[in-house]
Amino acid sequence: MNPAENERVGRRRRSPTPRWTPYLFVAPYIAVTLAFFAYPFAHAIELAFYQTAGPNARVWVGLGNFRYILSDPDFRTALYNTVVFSVFGTAVMLPSSLGLALVLNSGRGRMKAWFRLFFFSPSVVGQIFVGIIFAVVLAPDYGLLNRFLQALVGWGLETRWLENSATVMPAIIITNLWLYAGFNMVYFLAALQNVDQNLVEAARIDGAGCWRVFRHVTLPAIKPVAIFVLLISTIGSFQLFELPYALMRSTTSPYGPNNSALFIVGYLYDAAYSIGDLGLASAVGWVLALIMLTVSLIQLKLTGAAND
Amino acid sequence: MNLIHVVLLCAAAVGALLYAVDRRRPLLAGRYARLIVLVFLAAGFLAPFAWITCAAFKDRRVLLEYAFLPPLSAWREMINLGNFRKLFEPRTSLQGTIVFWQYILNSLFLSSAATVIQVFFCSLGGYALAKFRFQGRRNLMLFMAGSLMLPSMLFLAPTYDMLVHIGWIDSYAALLVPSAANAFGMFLFRQAMLSVPNSLIEAARVDGASEFHIYSRIVMPLVQPMTAAFCLIVFMGQWNAFLGPQIYLQSDYKLTVPVILSQYVSQFQEEYGMFLAGTFLSIVPIAVLFLALQKEFISELTTGANKG
Repeated sequence: MNPAENERVGRRRRSPTPRWTPYLFVAPYIAVTLAFFAYPFAHAIELAFYQTAGPNARVWVGLGNFRYILSDPDFRTALYNTVVFSVFGTAVMLPSSLGLALVLNSGRGRMKAWFRLFFFSPSVVGQIFVGIIFAVVLAPDYGLLNRFLQALVGWGLETRWLENSATVMPAIIITNLWLYAGFNMVYFLAALQNVDQNLVEAARIDGAGCWRVFRHVTLPAIKPVAIFVLLISTIGSFQLFELPYALMRSTTSPYGPNNSALFIVGYLYDAAYSIGDLGLASAVGWVLALIMLTVSLIQLKLTGAAND
Repeated sequence: MNLIHVVLLCAAAVGALLYAVDRRRPLLAGRYARLIVLVFLAAGFLAPFAWITCAAFKDRRVLLEYAFLPPLSAWREMINLGNFRKLFEPRTSLQGTIVFWQYILNSLFLSSAATVIQVFFCSLGGYALAKFRFQGRRNLMLFMAGSLMLPSMLFLAPTYDMLVHIGWIDSYAALLVPSAANAFGMFLFRQAMLSVPNSLIEAARVDGASEFHIYSRIVMPLVQPMTAAFCLIVFMGQWNAFLGPQIYLQSDYKLTVPVILSQYVSQFQEEYGMFLAGTFLSIVPIAVLFLALQKEFISELTTGANKG
C-alpha cells in the first residue's frame, strides 16, 4: 500500500487513532522478551559449548557437554525415570480425570459445583507444600495412606514408600494424581458440556448401551480436549521437579534410593547449582527441549490432531 | 472389622435396598450409587487437607499418634497452638533475628506485586492484539505461541548467568521483571477482549476518549471475570513459586515461604509440627482467594481449551 493511498483511506475511514498506539501497548512485552527470552535463548546456545565453574569462569569444550550427558549413567537414570513417570503418570491421569468428569457430569446443579470444587482444590496448592504434606502422609506406621490401607485391607502399615526404590515412583505418581486429577477433570467437564445431546439420545433410541454411547458419541466429541490434556500432562511430566524435591527432602537421599527420584530437571538443577556448571545445565536444557518437542510432535501425529 | 468396613457395608446395603425396592426404575439406585462414589472420592481428595489442618493444631508429642484428631476428652492437653508458637520463634540468621512473619510478608508482597504488574501489562498487550490491526501482529502472535512451547528449564542457567552479571541476584526485580508481560497472560486477555463489541470502542473514540482511557475505563470493566481469574493465576503462581526464589534470593530475610519451609524440613527433621503448621498457614491465603474466585477461575480456565 503506497503512502498516498494509505492517507486517503485513513482520512475517510480511520478514526483519529495514532498508529503507534498498539505498538506502545505491546512494547512492554517486546522489551521484556528481548531481554529475558531472546537474549537467554541465544546465551543458552553459547553456554552449551562451555564448561563453567559458577557464572564467572568458563572454558570452551565444544560438544563435550553433550558427550558427557549421553555417557553419564546418572543422566540415563534421570531420563529413564522421567519417561516412566511421564508414561505411567499420564496413563493413570487421563482415565482418572475423565472418569471424575463423567461421574460428575451426570450430577445436577449445586451438588455438582461442590464436588467440582472438592476435586479441583488440590491443584491450587504449590508442589513444595504438597511434597511436604505427602512426605508425612506417606510415612510408614503413622502416615495417613498406610493407616487407611491397614484399615481397609489389613496390610501396608509399614510400607516405606519413599525409602524403597521400587515404591518411590508409585508414590510420586499417586501424589501427582491427587494434585492434578481435578485440574484436568475441569477440561473434560467443559468438553462434556459440548457433547451433542441429540446424538446421545439418537444412539440410545437405536439401542446403544452406555459403553457404546461413550465409545462412539462421547469419545469422538471430546477427542480434541483429550489430546490437549494428554499434551499438557506430558509436557508437565517432563518438567517435574519441585514435587519429588520436596517429597525427598525429609529422607536421607535427596534423589531417592538408587536415584529412583532423579528426574531430568533435577539433574539440570544439580548440574547448575551443586556442580556449578551452567554450561552443562544449558546442554541438559537443550536435550530436554529436544525430547519434549519430539514427544509432542509424535503425540500430535499419532492422535491425528495435526489434521484437525 | 473396623469403621471403614462398616461404612462401606452400610453404603452397599442401602444401595442394594434401593435397587430391590424400586427394581422397575433403577434410576434412584443409580443416582444413589453415583452419590456414594462421589462422596468417597471427595473424602479421598479432601483427606490430606483435613489431615494437615488437624496436624497443625496437635501437640507435637501426639502428632503422629492419631490419624486425625485425638478423642474429645483429650483435647485440653493435646490441641494447642504450640506448633505455631514454635514456628514464630525468632531465629538467628546471618542478617540478624528473623521471625516467620517476615517470610509471609515477603511472599505476600511478591505475589501482590507480580499480580498488579502482570495484570496491567498483559491486559494492555492483550488489548492491542485483540482490537488493533497493526503490521506484524500475526508474526508477533506466532512468535508468542512458539515461545510458550519451549520448556522454561532451558532458560534456567543462561538467565541465572545473565542476572548475576547485571547484579540482580538477591533482588526481587529478578522475580518480577522477566514475567512482567508474558505471552500466556496476553493470550488470555486477548481471548476475553475479542468479545468486547467494536462499536463501543468506536463510539468512545468518536467522543474523543484517549486510547488509554478506552482501555482502562471501557474494555477492562468488561473483562472482569478474566481479570479475576488471571489475578488468581498470577498470585497463586508467585505464592507457590519455588525454583526462582530458591535460586535468585540469597539473604535470609528476603526468602519466601516455600523456600524457607523446604529448608525447615531438612533442618528440623523431627519437628514435624512446626513445618506442618507452616505449610498449613501457607495454604490458607491461597484457599481463601481460590474460594472467593473459583467460579471465574474454573470457567475462564476452560474457555480457551474448548475453542482450541
